Amino acid sequence: MSFVFYILAALTLAGALAAVLLKNTVHCALALTVAFAGLAFLFLQLDAQFAGFAQVLVYIGAVAILVVFAILLTRGSETPKDGVYSRNWLAGLVIAAGVFAALGWAVLQSVPGLPHETAAPQVSVLQIGNALMTRYVLPLEIVAVLLTLALIGAVIVAMHQKVEAQ
Amino acid sequence: MSATLDQIFVLLQHWLVSFLPAVLQPFVSVLLGVVVIIGLFPALFAFAVWMERKGLGRIQNRLGPNRVGPFGLLQPIADGIKSLTKEDIVPLSADVVVHFLAPLVLVVAVFMGFAVLPMGRNMVLVDMDAGLLFYFAMGASTELSIFMAGWSSRNKYSLLGAMRAVAQMISYEVPLLMSSVAVVMIAGTLSLTKIVAAQNSYSGVFPHWYIFTPWGLAGFLMYVVSSMAETNRSPFDLPEGESELVAGYFTEYSGFKFALFFLGEYLAMFSISGLGTVLFLGGWSAPFSFLTWVPSWIWFFSKLMMSISVFIWIRGTLPRLRQDQLMNFAWKFVLPMTLLNLFVAALWRFLGEGWERWVICSVILLLAYVVLGRTGMREGKFGPRRYRYAE
Repeated sequence: MSFVFYILAALTLAGALAAVLLKNTVHCALALTVAFAGLAFLFLQLDAQFAGFAQVLVYIGAVAILVVFAILLTRGSETPKDGVYSRNWLAGLVIAAGVFAALGWAVLQSVPGLPHETAAPQVSVLQIGNALMTRYVLPLEIVAVLLTLALIGAVIVAMHQKVEAQ
Repeated sequence: MSATLDQIFVLLQHWLVSFLPAVLQPFVSVLLGVVVIIGLFPALFAFAVWMERKGLGRIQNRLGPNRVGPFGLLQPIADGIKSLTKEDIVPLSADVVVHFLAPLVLVVAVFMGFAVLPMGRNMVLVDMDAGLLFYFAMGASTELSIFMAGWSSRNKYSLLGAMRAVAQMISYEVPLLMSSVAVVMIAGTLSLTKIVAAQNSYSGVFPHWYIFTPWGLAGFLMYVVSSMAETNRSPFDLPEGESELVAGYFTEYSGFKFALFFLGEYLAMFSISGLGTVLFLGGWSAPFSFLTWVPSWIWFFSKLMMSISVFIWIRGTLPRLRQDQLMNFAWKFVLPMTLLNLFVAALWRFLGEGWERWVICSVILLLAYVVLGRTGMREGKFGPRRYRYAE
């Protein structure tokens, strides 16, 4: 683990913590963006260019924008009077810790099963593209259909009122 | 001689770096490239502002700036000093941190895009395998900074302008990406240097630029439209429509922060013109095979300044669109056309050499243009629009 990794990890964790702890919802969304950026940098630090840039393009370029739009369009940006913390935060904490423990356990268990590579593998975007279009074409198409369905569903939900008004 | 002149900046960089110990060399050579980009493009920005004011002046039958220096050439310097010495006003209710960060994030994100643009033979700061993806990733981050500017100002005009800007940029990012994907499909790479290299050959005296193919021309036209919307330039400058929103998302910015937004807008224009040049206009390659002795960077920057002139010309010519027209145009015309263009590019790739592919691809694109345009015009309601305010 290098020095750069620790800086990036600190940045990501700080962003994620701020996203949970800040009171203003828009500030939370912006802090979440910092966490996304930290993750993207981590990918880049591991020489995974494609994953890093896709992370920036999708999460900072689209998801973060979607989040702030949702916040602003649903009148939720004012801080509630009785605090932002949920009353059953203890249960949430337990569930979150449980999920984290399960994931961490699974990751640590899978380490011996991985092929032991001494040199970092060089993966070009061309290889990723070839893999997506040949071996993983079915999952890719399923995701594409799913996203199209979600898009059509969103349009139908939005159009509903207009049809009634006519 | 011409080869030396072509590589003069690369040689200069190597010469300067050679004075340093070997440990520092890679670091300093990157640093030099960064310094040149950060110095050169703001200088071009000053010149482009002068050009724009002069050009708009001529179009509107007036003189434009003509007091400071010969032909008003020193006007940008005077403007710069003015914006530096002006008071930096932050509204009382503004969100101070976000308000401060927004222009910085914008300018940094826009500057990052220049890192992957090849500005001449061997003249690229980082030759990335996924250069185009990097460019679009950086372009996508500017949207957030515009939202930050509009929201943190606590001003309804700023917020409305920011929402308009973000909605518009998201809508036009899709056709922008799609029209570039056609180039990627033909060139078979995301690396911008390889895309330029793929166009750098000639049949007779004419170059193999992608704009000289049916799908390339269609893609280029749609790229131009979306890039104008992406940089919030007229006729798509609704986010800062001064007759409706004062100045849009940067209404509450003054002094040097305002200048940073202004700089960001022009830098975005430069970088998106540069990308268009690389993708469709052959990057640094010469327009005729007998002109290849002219240094490659001269071609790149001439093409860049030509694109800027077109931007200025269109700003002086066309009126501003309405919000619904803007969205309808993006989703009902430009997007279907770019999707069809992807199909046509694939067809072009697999029809093989010969005249048939020229005819087939042109006919498909022209038919789609006419049919989509006609149906769109028929459905378009051009009468007065009934607005629904918070029903």
